[in-house]
Amino acid sequence: MSAQKNKWISSFSFLLFWVSSIPTRGSVGLLQELNPQEYFRSLQPGRASLAYFSHHVSPGGQPFLEQIENSAEALQDYGISVVKVNCPKEDISRYCGKDNALRKAYLFRGNMLIREFPTDALFDVNSIVANVLFALLFNEVKYVETLTDLQNIENALKGRSNMVFAYVPATGTAEHRAVMEAAFVYGTVHQFVLTTEATLLKDTGNDEPDVSSAQLLFCHCQQATDLAQPCRRTAMGQALTMLNIHRHLKLMAAPLVTEVAEDPEKVSTVHLQLGLPLVFILSQKETYEADRRTAEFVAWQLLGKAGVALLSRDHVDLNVLLRSNVALKTPDEGVPIKYLVLEDTDEILTLVEDKSKVEQIQEDEEEEEEEEDEGEKENNNQDIQDDQVVEAVSRDKKRELPLEQILVLTEETFHSALLETARTVVLFYASWEAVSLAVLRSYTEVADQLKGTQGVLLSRVNCWDWPGVCTKENVTQFPTIKIYEKGERSVIYNGMWGTEELTTFIMLSRVSCPLKLATIDEAEGYLRGEFPSELSSYHHASVLGVFSTATSEAREAFEEAGDILSGHVTMGMYFEDDALALSRKYAVSPPALLLARSGAQSVESISLSKQSAQDMVQMITYELLDIFPEITVQNLPHYWQLRKPFLILFSDGDIGQMESTEMLKLAKGRSQQAFVACWLNLKKTPVGRGILKAYFATVPSLPLLVWVNLHAGGQVFRFPSEQPITEMNILSWLEKLKAGLEIPSSTLSEEDWKPPLPAYDFLQMMETAVPGLPLHTSHHHGDMLEQHPPKSPGEDKATQVDPSQETKAEKVGSPGRDLRGTAPRLAAREKQGKRHSEL
Amino acid sequence: LGLALYTGSLCAVNSAAFLYHDYCIIGAGPSGLQAAYFLQQAGRDYLVFERSHAPGSFFALYPRHRKLISINKRYTGKSNSEFNLRHDWNSLLSHDRRLLFRRYSRDFFPNADTMVRYLEDFASLLKLRVQYNTAIIHVTLETDEQAWNGHYFLLTDQDRQNYKCSSLLVATGTWVPNVVNFPGSEYVEGYETVSINPEDFAGQTVLILGRGNSAFETAENILGVTNFIHMVSRSRVRLSWATHYVGDLRAINNGLLDTYQLKSLDGLLEGDLEDLAIIKDKKGKLHITLRFYLENRNTSASIDSITLPQDELDNFATRAPYDRVIRCLGWKFDFSIYNRSLRMMPGKGNKKKYPQIKPSYESRGTRGLFVLGTASHSVDFRKSAGGFIHGFRYTTRAVHRLLENRHHGVPWPSTVYPITQLTNSIIKRVNEASGLYQMFSVLADIILLRENATAFEYLEEYPVGVLAELETQTGRKAPNGLFVVIMEYGRNFSGADKDVFYYNRAVGEAQHAWQSNFLHPVIYYYRRLPTEREMKLRPPDWPLPRPDAIHHIVEDFLTDWTAPNAHILPLRRFLENCLSTDLRNFFAESCFLFAFTHQKLPPFCRQGYMRMQGLVGSEGLRRRAVEAGLLEDYALTDFLGDRPPDSPEGSQDQLLRDHVIPVRPLQHLVNAKDE
Repeated sequence: MSAQKNKWISSFSFLLFWVSSIPTRGSVGLLQELNPQEYFRSLQPGRASLAYFSHHVSPGGQPFLEQIENSAEALQDYGISVVKVNCPKEDISRYCGKDNALRKAYLFRGNMLIREFPTDALFDVNSIVANVLFALLFNEVKYVETLTDLQNIENALKGRSNMVFAYVPATGTAEHRAVMEAAFVYGTVHQFVLTTEATLLKDTGNDEPDVSSAQLLFCHCQQATDLAQPCRRTAMGQALTMLNIHRHLKLMAAPLVTEVAEDPEKVSTVHLQLGLPLVFILSQKETYEADRRTAEFVAWQLLGKAGVALLSRDHVDLNVLLRSNVALKTPDEGVPIKYLVLEDTDEILTLVEDKSKVEQIQEDEEEEEEEEDEGEKENNNQDIQDDQVVEAVSRDKKRELPLEQILVLTEETFHSALLETARTVVLFYASWEAVSLAVLRSYTEVADQLKGTQGVLLSRVNCWDWPGVCTKENVTQFPTIKIYEKGERSVIYNGMWGTEELTTFIMLSRVSCPLKLATIDEAEGYLRGEFPSELSSYHHASVLGVFSTATSEAREAFEEAGDILSGHVTMGMYFEDDALALSRKYAVSPPALLLARSGAQSVESISLSKQSAQDMVQMITYELLDIFPEITVQNLPHYWQLRKPFLILFSDGDIGQMESTEMLKLAKGRSQQAFVACWLNLKKTPVGRGILKAYFATVPSLPLLVWVNLHAGGQVFRFPSEQPITEMNILSWLEKLKAGLEIPSSTLSEEDWKPPLPAYDFLQMMETAVPGLPLHTSHHHGDMLEQHPPKSPGEDKATQVDPSQETKAEKVGSPGRDLRGTAPRLAAREKQGKRHSEL
Repeated sequence: LGLALYTGSLCAVNSAAFLYHDYCIIGAGPSGLQAAYFLQQAGRDYLVFERSHAPGSFFALYPRHRKLISINKRYTGKSNSEFNLRHDWNSLLSHDRRLLFRRYSRDFFPNADTMVRYLEDFASLLKLRVQYNTAIIHVTLETDEQAWNGHYFLLTDQDRQNYKCSSLLVATGTWVPNVVNFPGSEYVEGYETVSINPEDFAGQTVLILGRGNSAFETAENILGVTNFIHMVSRSRVRLSWATHYVGDLRAINNGLLDTYQLKSLDGLLEGDLEDLAIIKDKKGKLHITLRFYLENRNTSASIDSITLPQDELDNFATRAPYDRVIRCLGWKFDFSIYNRSLRMMPGKGNKKKYPQIKPSYESRGTRGLFVLGTASHSVDFRKSAGGFIHGFRYTTRAVHRLLENRHHGVPWPSTVYPITQLTNSIIKRVNEASGLYQMFSVLADIILLRENATAFEYLEEYPVGVLAELETQTGRKAPNGLFVVIMEYGRNFSGADKDVFYYNRAVGEAQHAWQSNFLHPVIYYYRRLPTEREMKLRPPDWPLPRPDAIHHIVEDFLTDWTAPNAHILPLRRFLENCLSTDLRNFFAESCFLFAFTHQKLPPFCRQGYMRMQGLVGSEGLRRRAVEAGLLEDYALTDFLGDRPPDSPEGSQDQLLRDHVIPVRPLQHLVNAKDE
């Protein structure tokens, strides 16, 4: 250890090494107490030490002594030992003998005295560290007082290396210390220049410098070729702390413009790692040179605030507007890249600067939140239920369900019960399974609604009690609902697990599907939804197949389709001799379908060509979709399956007549094939608010028309609210969208659904608890923990890592990592430092 | 099969002396009948050979004192027939509910005659093809490339009738008494013939050789009338409640321990029977001495001149003379009927009473020869229940499934489920499956993952010892990783000298589940099928090699692993992290929100809601979810305006955020270390 310390090491990793090893040594006894003989004997060549001499207790030196003691730990980081030398009373040698010597501290390198410090120059830890390093780093940090001195140094450096120029209002301050500490690390890389003269600052281009606060400028002298011109300078915007200086120098060392030829989502640069945004200039082969110049120009403007990368579109297949020329990637995980169409480089600057302002605020907020959360995070919340269904069911456990309407079936009673009623509905469930129990609750509501209905028996089988029945009935998952028709067949319910949907299904499946209609009157009544009367109260659409006696093939297919759609759609068929009268009335020739939507007045007619039952099912399902539906939780999947973009009109309550008419016109128009036009009633579907919040952060004023590319890219576009919602306006807006002329308001997260929380790592626990456990015999031990527990998206966010956790990691002795980890560690160190100086 | 039938009939023509069957089963005991049942169900050509006139001839004689020590639990408080088999140790597996043992006996420890009657019914009710009064006295091989296994099995019975079989299932049990030869062993009576009438022992002093259940059963019977009983055996007594092995001394038989430890009336001694010698004096009393003394003496000397240990050591423990010495040393497999070419070798060490077999129950020496029942116990001797009806009824089924795949191209039965059912299917099985429970650490359920982990295939009760051969043995493919569901006791809990009643023996918290001691489910996760080499190199006492991840479901006093937070939640987290997905359930409303705000959906929404099977949920239930902060009630905002973001029920947002919350699992590990 000491051998290394003898050398001036500016490599940062070694500093880290020291830092990380400090806590294990503890801070006690850092200040050595020796007598003069011991002290001078202990001095080693090249090794620096700070000593002060005292005759036992001298009350006046007490506060000074405390500060020296406190700084011992900080100085130890730089290989400087701090020694209190106790002078024997009779000693009259050089350091002990003189009275005023006792009010000074002495800095030795080996046994050579470098500097005497009067105690008033060493008033606190900052001043001690600053002054001691200042004395030792005599060559690395040039102190200048005049502009000429500064220019001379600058000129000498041109083409050779860069300069770090710092102004501090006074020496011995925290800022001075930060500069000296940075110089200790970077002194061999850059030339450090320090001044306390505010006039020098004035000349650096800053007309009205704030002379009360310290400043640091990075002077790009290495690239400077013109001796007449001063080096280009980049001021550091933040306060002078060790961490900020380190960050600034890191950013200055990064390439000005990074050339990128991969998916921007995957790109990571120093900037992102340090919590700064990255601006992509999208380039093409044709415009490469110009783009490169733009990028460099922007990069100089943004130096220290954001990174700039040149992204070649020819190499990356980007799913964004062709017009987009700039992309912005923020360091926050999970925030998608924003693609923009900008006209001026100033816009980029504004964008980045606004961004950083917002972030500053957010960070402050986050910090507060984090502090609150910390307690909870400790136990990781793994044992807290985060499944909404399971939790809801457990909370509802004690409520007694009104199950008296539902017959309990057992292995013994199952088969006999099925024979007793025309239709037996059986819910197969497991009494320990949450989704089953949730459905059981809806099922009781169904039972309540169907109370007294003839010919329908509601029953349930608990598969946890009677696994035999469930296996025999081919029930492999819970819950399953089957409807048994006496002595015949059974139908598996495949609709939504909701009260209303299930009730309708049970009622509709009571009527045979398709239903044979005997007279024209019945057929007409059927289309009006009045026949059969028991279904009139259930909201449904009716499909009537009209067949001539000759078209038996189509009729059979229709009957087969009816089998499949039973319970979801009511289907009737008419094939009496006078079927022609019906077909004439609706202007179709048999075989044909007549389609009456619930609530709609008109009857649509579709002629049937040769079709299989499957085709017919598909066709009927498709035809039953509304042209301009109100989208609800229940019906979304039907429209979702079309895999088209959605054009949604969000409305608080019913939509206005005008919008409705215009939208319907639009939906009926030629573009109908390309997208789903629909509307969403926030009164009926309040979760729509959640959607709007996700798109626009708040609920905007309504009605609002939104275009969502649900299945391709996930961009969300907002129809300009100042334009009236008319077919024409929408169509021209859609044209612009298609042409890539609009900018999305937001983009849907593309993230996978990862495990919400880690699992207990029992393998690890076993190894920790029983080290002798022969678990290592397996040869691929190393790669196992890679995946388990999984790497979660947030893990890489070094900048957000809580410092206290980081130091914890250091204690455990984490192996060397890449530079990403350095910033937070420094931050942690700084925090500690602060605490020390506050003492 | 066609070929098999063809060759079969060909053989019948060519060599009329041979009667051909695809499968021959030797022995119509419980495992022979069990195998016959499965073959019959599958419609296979099989025949069972039984030397007696009725099934279960061993049970007609043994146990001598007629009390079975396999429990017949008629009430469990549950109607689940699969679960109830966990506490029914006598029934064989069948579809016929009449053939449950609780219908045959009301006794907790039933009479052996009942077992005989049960087996008779099992064979006759199920119409199993058993040829009685046929003792197979020789088995040899006939090499034939056409045969399933490259050879046929040729069986000869006592009447020189020959049989030819493609596959041989040996279900003969272990029925040859273990005998020890030492000077004077002719004075020893065997367990097989000793009187069971206690009156015959009145006022006698008895020495029993052996320390198994038969020895204690014999002692128990005469305990009340003898002067005293001493028991000698090489090993210490092993109590089954301490070892969790049902073959060790059961509490029902250990009355002698009571009198020994309380009042030193009866006693146990440890010693090697090989060193013993027994001499009979003129009065007919039997004296214990050591073989060593006998070897040194002059052959012509009279009995009186033989040195007894007490001559040199006057407090020698067994210095009192005995009236009777009874041998109760258990049984071994009958190796005598097999031709050398079958290489039926005895096992090593304490397994030498069993033939050597692979974990697939196939003989190590001969392909196509499977050992079933008690004789197959070498696989899990002193560990699990494979030597007993309640264990081998499952391993027999497993063997049948292996055979179906090997010879008839019928892959191991399996069910394919969507991934959303993963947690459920494991919970269902660990709570009710009896095969996993009885054959703990031997049979395991296997879950084969389909590509992209959107679905999985569930295989029940596969012999875990041949996990590496899973693909060839089952005809199922495992390219995308697998879970193995198995039941285990705590690794250091059971044992002959362990105190199984120590304080805090039960683990209550899910996070310490790996320290569970009582039988509990363990799930191993492998990203790829372990190789045979890895199986060989697995840690001692581990049924399986080191997995990529492991999960223990915490032991439960009621063996009911359905608690949402203690059992199901940690299991779900484990599965989620292995598959790197989110397996939570969501109400339809949440899925609706996700559909409009995410490009991808969690599996539950994708496989349920989007296929029109969304969980709408009753109003009351959704309100509960809102209370829990796991669902946001957007309707409320109508009245309250926009809620501040930090309100305690910030909920749906919370849910959305949960999903992107930066989780730091490594940091969790670090914390754990710190503790």
